[in-house]
Amino acid sequence: MNITRRQMLILLPAAAVAWESVLAGTPESSPNYKMTEHWWSMLIDISKCIGCGNCVRACQAENDVPDGFFRTWVERYHVTDWHLENPEVISPDGGKKGFPSVAADDNGKYFFVPKLCNQCADSPCTQVCPVGATFISPDGVVLVDQKYCLGCAYCVQACPYGCRYIHPQKKVADKCTLCYHRITKGLTTACCEACPTGARQLADLKNPKDPIHEFLRTHDVQILKPQMATGAKVFYNDLDGSVR
Amino acid sequence: MSVFKDSGHLFRLAALYAVGTLTFLGIRAFFVPRSFGQYGHYRGAAIAEIAAHPVHYAGHQACETCHADVQEMKRSGMHAQVNCEACHGPLAKHADDPSIQPAKLDTAVLCVRCHAASAARPKGFPQVAAVDHSNGLPCETCHQPHNPAIGAGGAK
Amino acid sequence: MTTGVEGYMYPNEITLYWSVLIVLYPYITGLVAGAFILASLERVFRVDAVKPTYRLALLTALAFLLVAPLPLQLHLGHPERSLEMYFTPHRTSAMAMFGFVYLWYLMAVLTVEIWLDYRRDIVVMAQSSSGLKRWIYRVLTLGSNNINERALAIDERVGWLITLIGIPSAFLLHGYVGFIFGSIKANPWWSSPLMPVVFIFSAMVSGIAAVMLLYMLIMRLRREKIDMLCVDTIARYLFYIFIVDFSLEMLDLVHRIYEADESFRTLNFMVHTKLYFSQIVLQIFVGTLTPILLLALTQVLKLPEIARKRIYTVAGCLTLIGIFAMRWNVVIGGQLFSKSFLGYTTYKMALATREGLLMSIALTLLPLFILWVLVKLLPPWPEKVQAEIPATTAAN
Repeated sequence: MNITRRQMLILLPAAAVAWESVLAGTPESSPNYKMTEHWWSMLIDISKCIGCGNCVRACQAENDVPDGFFRTWVERYHVTDWHLENPEVISPDGGKKGFPSVAADDNGKYFFVPKLCNQCADSPCTQVCPVGATFISPDGVVLVDQKYCLGCAYCVQACPYGCRYIHPQKKVADKCTLCYHRITKGLTTACCEACPTGARQLADLKNPKDPIHEFLRTHDVQILKPQMATGAKVFYNDLDGSVR
Repeated sequence: MSVFKDSGHLFRLAALYAVGTLTFLGIRAFFVPRSFGQYGHYRGAAIAEIAAHPVHYAGHQACETCHADVQEMKRSGMHAQVNCEACHGPLAKHADDPSIQPAKLDTAVLCVRCHAASAARPKGFPQVAAVDHSNGLPCETCHQPHNPAIGAGGAK
Repeated sequence: MTTGVEGYMYPNEITLYWSVLIVLYPYITGLVAGAFILASLERVFRVDAVKPTYRLALLTALAFLLVAPLPLQLHLGHPERSLEMYFTPHRTSAMAMFGFVYLWYLMAVLTVEIWLDYRRDIVVMAQSSSGLKRWIYRVLTLGSNNINERALAIDERVGWLITLIGIPSAFLLHGYVGFIFGSIKANPWWSSPLMPVVFIFSAMVSGIAAVMLLYMLIMRLRREKIDMLCVDTIARYLFYIFIVDFSLEMLDLVHRIYEADESFRTLNFMVHTKLYFSQIVLQIFVGTLTPILLLALTQVLKLPEIARKRIYTVAGCLTLIGIFAMRWNVVIGGQLFSKSFLGYTTYKMALATREGLLMSIALTLLPLFILWVLVKLLPPWPEKVQAEIPATTAAN
């Protein structure tokens, strides 16, 4: 298919305009996005995750995540018989290259748990930031202002889920932005886009037409570490009690 | 009023602190970013800056505007819900300028990422022990990746 | 990258962000609070026996307080942005509020109290000294040479009031450091309402021990006689407060062991392996039980002066080591285990980096150097200055 960009503009004006708006800048200037009309979250279906690591790779490509640090990662749990309090967990390089194959084990079960920032509504990380460099945006995403962050790492200590790190070159806090630059342009997150099984679904809790409402009504859904009362907005379907 | 006279040094100290506080407030007014407090206790402009990051994954909607034929082929198959860039990788540059050709894919690596047999994967998910399954033949000999059921999308 | 990891850690937890500098920060702040409490013993609680250490304690507090923010500053990823803490403080952040508690304590309490207490000396020395010193003293007088009786009486009363405010301020200063850790619900090793209280009492212990040691050392250097009544009294207070401190720490420990919540197995394992030396050996046995027993000996037995001096010296040094170990175990220990409770990482102290060993040694010595300058500038020894006073007051 040998079409130049200019030709495409002529051939497919509607598509081209859509793409231009995708590439355009800010939520304010993109005509259809109003921060107050959204409240972002994510749905993760454990029963669909195959541990391929696509989401981790996509996140690193999309967000330029430094090696050895993770905005999202995948854990593999192995729970033997009734030992729920002693799961064996691995996440080699965050699951970026997938996981080693295992032969069937009659004594236990295996499953994958993708992790990312829970976009907590009562987030302990934004609570402790001394200067207001990390905050919950009006549309419910926990963001870091990297031009304002001191790099004190207090937020890293305060996150119960281990979702934050200090960027080794920028020396500021870094974390999942729920692909804020994508979701404000009508795209889904890079991890959801790259997930082959639909185990990850971006969801807008303020949109009454979002399928998440139907899903939450009909499934047994949990959040991680509910005892922390963080108001986590990443919902897990089929989550085993051993997951922490 | 000798009490005031004899505590004059305290008033000097107080005046010094008052000057210090005023200086601080002046410096503060100068340094606090203008959009600070626009939406909450943070720099409001930061939201737009984060939203302006470049996109690397174009999204399947962008792919489908040109590649309707592939979309059609996928529609009826097992990979209907698998987005283009799940296998092809981030292609926003290609979507922006179609003359930039995406890299050729290697099915030997790609297919087993998801389909290599492992007891850790959900039971119903199609998985094979690659070596026994194909006798070393490449996957696309029998399976067309865009519609993988044998014969469905038409093996080459 | 994964070296030093046992079991499973969330991948972002492998790197440890709060280094030895953050150990130093509560340690130094604790010395400040402790030294100030000792000074206030004389001023507010009228324990006249400790008077010889009053000014020394204040200067020690100031010297350490000036250094206290440095380790914080050095560990920041962007030290140049640190003033944002004052420009746009976040009300819900313990760390931001600490900035103001610090400023309050430095500017409204310690500096003012020292200034009021030294004002007569400053005015006298502004007239009697020469060169740069004279210039410094003249600035310090703020242009007021009024040291008549009534002015000094006002200073005395205001100073007493400041000390009175200063005691809760010192508690606040160091209690707040404890709160910075104790309020982190994500971390079971830190999260405890006892944390601020334990921090305050350990602060008093370390500050009192430090001033006691400094007093004995300086007296020795100046070849003067140590006021044994003073040192005995300080040691007695050290002993009492140490017992309270130890009881609180044990209360925390017993509570954790008995409740044995979800984090217990992980923390228990950590204390018996990675923290065994610093917690069980250094903090509890060497740094707490030994000095308490030594100090108890001096309370129970009638020991000769020389034996008491030696015991105080040993007990004081062990106390400082023990409290440092306590800060280490809190700060570093709180980052060694995974919040998944499934694994452990290792802290490797760097040597010559911005957050390394050499820097922390330098930061420990810096307050001693500042103290030396302060003692030169504002001698805490009344007798020499007093000798000059009659002449100048007469001239007034």
